[in-house]
Amino acid sequence: MNTLLLVEQGLNGLQLGVMLFLMAAGLTLVFGIMDMINLAHGSLYMIGAYLTATLTPLVGSFVLAMVVALPLAALIGMAVEVVALRTLYRREHLDQVLATFGLILFFNELVRIVWGPQPIFLKPPDWLAGTVEIIPGVPYPAFRLAIIAVGLAVAGFLYLLITRTRTGMLIRAGASNREMLGALGVDVKRLYTLVFGLGAALAALAGAMAGPILAVQVGMGESILILTFVVIVIGGLGSVRGALVGALLVGMVDTLARALLPTVLRTMMPPSQADGMGASLASMTIYILMAAVLAWKPRGLFPAHA
Amino acid sequence: MLERTNEGNKRETAAVLIGLALLVALPFLADAIGKGFYVTLFTRILILGLAAVSLDLILGYGGMVSFGHAAFVGIGAYVVGILSWHVFDGSPLMTWPVVIEGTENGFVVWPLAALMGALFALAIGAISLRTTGISFIMITLAFAQMLFYLAIGLRTYGGEDGIALYNKSGLGSSIDLFDKTTFYYVCLAILVVFVWLCRRLTRSRFGMVVRGARINERRMRALGFSPYRHKLTAFVISGAGAGLSGALLANAAEFVGPAYMSWQRSGELIVMVVLGGMGTLFGPVVGAAAFLLLEEGLADLTEHWQIVLGPVLLFVVVFARRGIWGWIAGPAREDR
Amino acid sequence: MNSASRATAAFVAAGLACFASPVTALDGEVKIGMITTLSGPGSGLGIDVRDAFALALKDLGGTLGGVKATVIEADDQQKPDVAKQLADRMVERDKVDVVTGIIWSNLALALMPSLERAEVFLLSPNAGPSQLAGKQCNPFFFGVAYQNDGQHEAMGQHMQSQGIKRAYLMAPNYPAGKDALTGVKRFFKGEVVGEVYTTVGQLDYAAELAQLRAAAPDGVYIFYPGGMGINFVKQYEQAGLKGKVPLFGPGFSFSEDSLPAIGDAALGVMNTAQWSGDIDNPQNKKFVQGFEAAYGRLPSVYAAQAYDVALLLDSAIRKTGGALADKAALRAALQAADFKSIRGDFKFNTNHYPIQDYYLREVVKDDKGRLTNVIRGTVFEDHADPYAAECKM
Repeated sequence: MNTLLLVEQGLNGLQLGVMLFLMAAGLTLVFGIMDMINLAHGSLYMIGAYLTATLTPLVGSFVLAMVVALPLAALIGMAVEVVALRTLYRREHLDQVLATFGLILFFNELVRIVWGPQPIFLKPPDWLAGTVEIIPGVPYPAFRLAIIAVGLAVAGFLYLLITRTRTGMLIRAGASNREMLGALGVDVKRLYTLVFGLGAALAALAGAMAGPILAVQVGMGESILILTFVVIVIGGLGSVRGALVGALLVGMVDTLARALLPTVLRTMMPPSQADGMGASLASMTIYILMAAVLAWKPRGLFPAHA
Repeated sequence: MLERTNEGNKRETAAVLIGLALLVALPFLADAIGKGFYVTLFTRILILGLAAVSLDLILGYGGMVSFGHAAFVGIGAYVVGILSWHVFDGSPLMTWPVVIEGTENGFVVWPLAALMGALFALAIGAISLRTTGISFIMITLAFAQMLFYLAIGLRTYGGEDGIALYNKSGLGSSIDLFDKTTFYYVCLAILVVFVWLCRRLTRSRFGMVVRGARINERRMRALGFSPYRHKLTAFVISGAGAGLSGALLANAAEFVGPAYMSWQRSGELIVMVVLGGMGTLFGPVVGAAAFLLLEEGLADLTEHWQIVLGPVLLFVVVFARRGIWGWIAGPAREDR
Repeated sequence: MNSASRATAAFVAAGLACFASPVTALDGEVKIGMITTLSGPGSGLGIDVRDAFALALKDLGGTLGGVKATVIEADDQQKPDVAKQLADRMVERDKVDVVTGIIWSNLALALMPSLERAEVFLLSPNAGPSQLAGKQCNPFFFGVAYQNDGQHEAMGQHMQSQGIKRAYLMAPNYPAGKDALTGVKRFFKGEVVGEVYTTVGQLDYAAELAQLRAAAPDGVYIFYPGGMGINFVKQYEQAGLKGKVPLFGPGFSFSEDSLPAIGDAALGVMNTAQWSGDIDNPQNKKFVQGFEAAYGRLPSVYAAQAYDVALLLDSAIRKTGGALADKAALRAALQAADFKSIRGDFKFNTNHYPIQDYYLREVVKDDKGRLTNVIRGTVFEDHADPYAAECKM
């Protein structure tokens, strides 16, 4: 494999990484502050994608559609928090897993009733439809570059939000000591709902941006949800920094494994065996990575509650 | 941990006896009302009930939320499937260092399925039990996903397509598993024995340590017990039970495939345990029945049955915390 | 409508029915178990199959071969063991005569042992695994759609005739994927510069597309059904490969169920199938118009296959005079395939799989701006699968 190809695969890994980060940031914040596992996070991703896909032809612009869809998704997220999830904060994680598993079933079926079982088509806006030769000889899809840019910008925004603002201070306080917040006279309920809305908007952003490259379809949230959990567990639950590192690590490892493993295996065994095992091993890599990280550091790379 | 009061105890014993009587009578009842297919459905309930009970042993009593329990079920199923495939194909499983031929003898295959479940549980548990909480949930999921993809990679054995079985396991000439009533009673007998064993186990000193470790691991260590070793032992026994249920599932479905190990299946097993009542051993069987009957009933009503099932789950978690068994078997004293 | 005119209408209808079929007013009914995928990501295919079968029944006046037909419908959730349980229930409780609806090869394989024991026929509207065509061929299985390799072989032949020298092949890592690429290579004799298997259900192909570009092939063959195909083709265009390296695929990757979601990226892609909406015969015209009128969308190749299942069953039951209990007679009648298939010429091989033509199709826009396929040529005439020789039946 030559260097140019390696650079391109690096970009692919980065793009998957920032996508996972957008999902993981919300999930890990909700976990860090409310001690809540929310499987339905993937449903918000799906809802973001569907809303954007539906709104784009109506408002005539992909970006504008996203601008409308994100607050809508945040509102839906907050409504779910108030109606269903609030009662679950004090429960065991097992209860939360089950209840939100129920929510996944509900949302998938709801979307299927509203939008039908057929996937919806969404294309990137015309000015991002082509390719850019970021390095001579490596044409790279402009839309994927835009995803990387947006993802990194959001990471920067979250950094500023968490380190420089009052809300961020509360979030940090909540993540390291939940009881203290209430003692300080903070309206905890409002903070929780707000954080949940933020997480929902980030998930919806990921879903909206996934729409033009992936099929917008029922169940699209689950495949990325599992990956997202891998990310936040590797990164350390509750840590946004951990989520960033974990996301980039998983994005890179997964991409490179898919690119390299079949070729490597072909040098070691007969092609027909290598092809099957290569694909299987590539799918397994990130789980092997997670098991290895947890066996080495049971609390992940950057545990939030020291 | 749920300890029943004296009155609750009586009520639970009565519930168990009535339930068992109903299960024993089921094939006759089903025949009487002309719904023979219920025997097949309940066979599936018993088998998944067995898997759920084995999960309850670690989840309900040990507080170990394994999100990869379907993997052990799948391993048991693959033991049956692979050995049967070699009989069909006429080729040996391996020729070195010893020749091992395929077989469909249940007295060989079923214990082997339990053994393989136990061995995999030993390896996976040894690593996973170093973690707790969410990390434990996720690491068990990770191992299950690895096995899932490994099964897909087994091209010889059908890969993603799995293996269709043209023969059920043999249990000697007098027991014909193709007879659905016979197969039902075999499954029932295995389930009863397994539940009885688990009950003995949870009430032994070993069980006390596992339960104690769930509530306060440090105290158990101070008392001179090794929570890790006890938990691992429970995990291995649970893996064996799941492996055995996999062997039965392969026979019931006459099919083995990677889908048995998917994370959704692991999730469904957890749902069965919680729906029925955690830490009760009887509850998970009821939970399996409730889940499958609900699925069956709702699917008959509307193709959008999941929009009903979802909120039902949420409702059970929020309002009916002790599960169906808690409701059947009466008040329980909670001392968690 | 008053009662007199209703009676007249019924009388006229009965009279017409007399003319329509030589055997009329048969007692009893035929029960069909429709086990298909109605929930989850694969549900689009199952819904097309169910709807097309229902349309055929409506067109046949609610009867099959003059016998009143009842369809019992169930969702297999794309899970083999669920399908198995449903089949057992339908055999035991509902006493179905025939099972159909099965989309996925692994489900068909899982069902056959018990259906064979119960002596119930499975008429597959899609799944056509190589196992059931060869060594494990089964007297109670009829693959009405195709043997899985068929469309791939046709495209391999087309790529060969197009003078492609360096081909790059991609498929999901499952047996049907392996069979697909084997099928292509059976007829494509040029160099294969890459043969890649990806995870089933994979959504993002960025890494694989980068490898593909680096290999510099002059033709790419993909077998990606459903959502996988939608994603791949979109990303293929975004990577700037469309128009530079021609893309080839089987018909089910570019069927009308997924074309709306792929969008214009699919325009101009060549694919092969045994059916197309523009096949010129009266029964096909009736089907395409009827489907669009009833459901407001263009029929997919899956819908077409399910419609043919109903027509086949209609002819077979008529041939046996409604004697459904005589399995040998019903089998012979099915094997005769004495019906006007909407795909044109159709007959069964000795292994119960079709011998049929395969067409080259191109994705175009119809006069309403919707994406659909039109025939650009015939690749194979009377094509049979290569497994039939292994079938001892």
